[in-house]
This record gives sequence, structure tokens and C-alpha cells, in this order.
Amino acid sequence: MSSQASTIQQASKKQASSLLRKNIRKFVNNRLAMIGLVFVAVIIFTAVFAPLLTSYDPNEISLGEKSMGPCAEHILGTDNLGRDVFARVLYGGCISMLVSVLGALMGSLVGMVLGSLAGYFGGKVDMVLVRLSEIFQTFPEMILIMILVAILGQGVGNLVLVFSITGWMTTFRMVRNEFLVLREETYVQVCEAFGMSKAAIMFKQILPNVLSPVIVSTTVNVAGFILSEASLSFLGVGVPSSVPTWGNILNAAKSVEVVSNYWWLWAVPGGVISIFVLAINFFGDGLRDVLDPKQQ
Amino acid sequence: MADKELIFQIKNLQMWFPIKKGFMKKTVGHVKAVDDVSLDVYKGETLGIVGESGCGKSTFGKTIMMLNTPTGGQVLFNYGGQFKDITQFTSQELFQFRKKVQMVFQDPYSALNPLKKIYTAFEEPLKVHGVNSKEEREKIMEDVLKMVNIQPDYLLRYPHEFSGGQRQRLCIARALEVRPEVLICDEPVSALDVSIQAQVLNLMKKIQKDLGLTYLFIAHDLSVVQYMSNRIVVMYLGKIVEIADSRALYDEPLHPYTRALLSAIPVPQIHQEKKRIVLQGEVPSPINKPTGCAFHPRCPHCTEKCRQVDPALIRHKDSEHMVACHLYNN
Repeated sequence: MSSQASTIQQASKKQASSLLRKNIRKFVNNRLAMIGLVFVAVIIFTAVFAPLLTSYDPNEISLGEKSMGPCAEHILGTDNLGRDVFARVLYGGCISMLVSVLGALMGSLVGMVLGSLAGYFGGKVDMVLVRLSEIFQTFPEMILIMILVAILGQGVGNLVLVFSITGWMTTFRMVRNEFLVLREETYVQVCEAFGMSKAAIMFKQILPNVLSPVIVSTTVNVAGFILSEASLSFLGVGVPSSVPTWGNILNAAKSVEVVSNYWWLWAVPGGVISIFVLAINFFGDGLRDVLDPKQQ
Repeated sequence: MADKELIFQIKNLQMWFPIKKGFMKKTVGHVKAVDDVSLDVYKGETLGIVGESGCGKSTFGKTIMMLNTPTGGQVLFNYGGQFKDITQFTSQELFQFRKKVQMVFQDPYSALNPLKKIYTAFEEPLKVHGVNSKEEREKIMEDVLKMVNIQPDYLLRYPHEFSGGQRQRLCIARALEVRPEVLICDEPVSALDVSIQAQVLNLMKKIQKDLGLTYLFIAHDLSVVQYMSNRIVVMYLGKIVEIADSRALYDEPLHPYTRALLSAIPVPQIHQEKKRIVLQGEVPSPINKPTGCAFHPRCPHCTEKCRQVDPALIRHKDSEHMVACHLYNN
């Protein structure tokens, strides 16, 4: 009798923590997502520990060794100023990822705050904010980014700012729609009946219930911003060309001569960008399958 | 009731929700959810409020708690003998008022935030109301949990680990944390299994006795209301049609609507024939109320006067029994 009781207790204990474990198992069983996670982790790792992996300075110009193909000394060759491509890809990844991750996080933050306000208060606040997000969305994104860069000037910090200004709309819509549903829940009324402040109800009570789709969309936004950064730097309006980023490395491949003769200058950064974006997208998809059972 | 001390005095309370249409959000009409309701609530009693779905019972409960801002009328609350109008309260006064009146909601499944442990859900209201020391908070939590027969170690669990009855008991316990004088119960048992309903109701009765609480018991289940209440208010389309002591109402219902409602209670005898009064038609829309007595399109005793004049709520034969019907007007 007593042994039975103890097993029941054990079982209930197991059950309490089983949800997290079940989710982790589900993620691990999703092979694509795991591959994505591994690639993302490896690329982040190499970018962060770049000084340990290469002895070259990414900005060191050595005109004697310019435009060399992959060889023993420079495993991925050098560019037209003699800079080591491998070092530039590693160091550049760090900046590119920093810009896109910070941009995505800031964008999600802005989207969450505005979405909470619009969804919770409704009425006029909601109408104004929804119209605002629609205006942002109907404007061609690339042009909007280029206008903002022209106004704010180039630079890593400014690019983060630009990404957060142009990347909040999807999160905003998602959070707002969830809030419209969740604010009718009884626990919101209970909190009102206890006299809790509106800010506490919005951000402490309702917002945590909306977080999982926001996390997923943030990862997808990171991938998008990596691409935006690359295209902006390729066009020469992103990060200043003195700072190595994946886009700036690609920038060298603007001429036909480079494209046809020096494949390592565009194939390497281009390949890394593609692999990273693909890996992030797989990872994000896997995360969504785990966190949001509705969308399976 | 020997000592009839008032706790709530509600005068001509009105809660109209505007219906807005079109781009310019022009107000095209009003949903008259609570329309000119006057009511006294005495300390320590259980006042039952019954009526069909959509007759404004829940809105009434929420409005006297100021969860809705009423569009008219007064709600006076007894602050130690002094009556203050809570509709005129500033937000700070209203915040203090929250400790006096609490509410238990209909749906225990969504009344607890699914992401928060019971401990957090219980701690938050206390923190908001300035119980700063952890020991003090935990002492209060243990006290209220003891009242609803739930073990204190359940505090570390999540809401999904509890049954409906347990959740409703937790909700009652949480409402009691701030030591309210009045508990507004908005259909507290209608989402529960019948077997659990009795358990929760008995518990509520016991708590009322122990703490001297006043209950405003909103329900549509007449047998539940009869079991719980001292006095019963019958509402129809946002208006009170009858107020009486529980016994008087069930023994001698006056308003035709009340009679029809009471005839719908099933009788637990097999061979006893019961005459069921079946009302014709639907409840009219609270947007376009019928002229005169709101009940006249469905009333079996409808006269010409009922179509034109809205009957006032008056005492029947100088008793406590009040009814709004022309049949008893003379």
C-alpha cells in the first residue's frame, strides 16, 4: 500500500518536469532542426573564437600577396588587397551576427511593447498603431532601410537601429492578436479585481503567455537580417567598408572580373551566409514545432 | 435578519454599453445591460441574483465592483457606518476599495494564469496590497488554503495539475487573501460537475459563517440559489422584477416571470405531475427593449397597460416582498 503511494508520488513528480523534457526530446528527434542547431552553434563558435583559429588580422593589407588562391598559407586565399579571406569571414561573421541578432531582438522588443499596448487597450490606441504598422509594411523594405541609413549615417549601431525600426511589424501583429484573445481571460479580470496596475497585467500576466511565438519569429528575423545586412553592405550602404562583415566581403565581388577569376572571394562568404541562414531557418522551424503545437 | 445593517446601497445603477458603427465610430444605440437597478444589500446575508442568460446578472456584479464604469446611478458602500459613493472614487480610493469587495468568477479553468505557479498567483495580490514580508505572506496563504481544505504544499504546483473543483477552491482562497467584506460570486459552480458543486457550495457556506462575509451570489441554477441565499433578486432584461426572501419567493412567486422560472425546477418525485409554464418567444434584445413592461411580449397575463407603462418595483402587501408587475399594483 505504502509502496504504491510512493510510486504515485514519484510519478506526479516526474510529470511536473516532464513537459520540458518532452519538448527537448521532440526537438532532438527533429533531425533538420538538430542539424540547424549544430551549424548555427559551430558558426557562432568560430566567429566568437576567431582570434584562436587564425593568426591573421582581418584588416592587415599585404599587397605582395594580393588575390592569391587558396594555398597552405592562406587556406581560403586573399582578396585584392592581400587580406586573408578566412580571417575576414571569421571576424566578419561576428559583426554580421551581432548586428542581425541585436536588430532582431530590438525589433521584437519594440513589437512586443507596441503590440501589448494595442491589444490590451484596443480602441484608438490600437487603430493608430495598426495603421502605423501597415504604413511601415506597405513601404518597400529595402528602400525604407536605405532612406534610414541615408538619414542616420552608416555604422554598426545605426544598422541595428534601422533593423529594429523596420523589423517590429510581424511581432507587433502577432502579439496584438494574442492580446486581443488573452485579455478576455478570467485571470486578467481577477488581476483587475485585485487592483493591479495595467502595466503589471500587460507585461507580467499576459505577455509571458505570448512569448513562444515571439521567440520563433525572432530567430527567423535573425536570418532575414543577415541577408539584409549582406545586401546592404554589398550595395555599399550598410556597415562601413573598413569593418569586415559578410556583406562587406561579398562587396569585393561586384566586378565581373572577380566573379569569373577569383571564385574564393564570393563563393566562401556567400556559402557561409547561405548555410547560416538555412541553419537558422531549420532551427526556427524546429522551435516552432515544439513551442506552438497549433501550427504543426 | 435581526440587525439589518446595510453594506451596499445601490441607487438607480445604469450600465449601458454603446454600440459603435462605421468609420467614425458613431454611437448608434446602447445595450442596456443594467438599467435603473436599485437594491440594498445587508451585511452578512447571501443575496442571490437569478435570471436568464444575458439578463445582466454578471454585468451587474462587475459594475458594483467597478470593473465596468457605470453610465449612471450611485453605489454606496458602508465604510464603518459612513456611506461613500464608489462611482466617484479616485483610482487610489478604488484601489483601497478592492480590499473590501472581491469576486469569484465563473470559469475556474481560465481564472488562474497557466504559466504561474499557484504560489506566485497567491503572492501577487498580497504584494500589490503591501504585505511586504515573506513570512507574513506565507502565513496568510496558509490560512486561506486551510479554509478551502487544500494542502499548503500544493502551492508549488501549476494550475493544470488541479481539477475544476480544486481550482475554484483556490480562486475562492485567493479572493479571501485580502480579507474582503463582500464576495461577489459570479456563477461560481456552473462550470463544475454536479458532484463537486455541493462540495464547493458547502465550503462557501462554512467560510461565510466563519468570516461573517456577505455574498452576492449570481447564478442561473435556481436550486443552487435557493440553497445558498437568504434573499433572492430576479432580473429580467437588466431590470429587477422581484425581490423576496428565499422562502417567500419559492412559496409564493408573484411575478409571472418568476413563476415560469420556478416551474422549470425539476421535482425529485416520480409520479407527481407538475405544471410547467413554458414561456413563448425569445428574450427580447436589450438594445431595443419592448415598451412598457419589458416582459409583456412573453407574459401570459399581458394587458393594455403592460404594453405602455413600465411597472415600478413596489412592496407587495407591505411585506419585504417587492415586485414590479401591474397585476399587484392595486
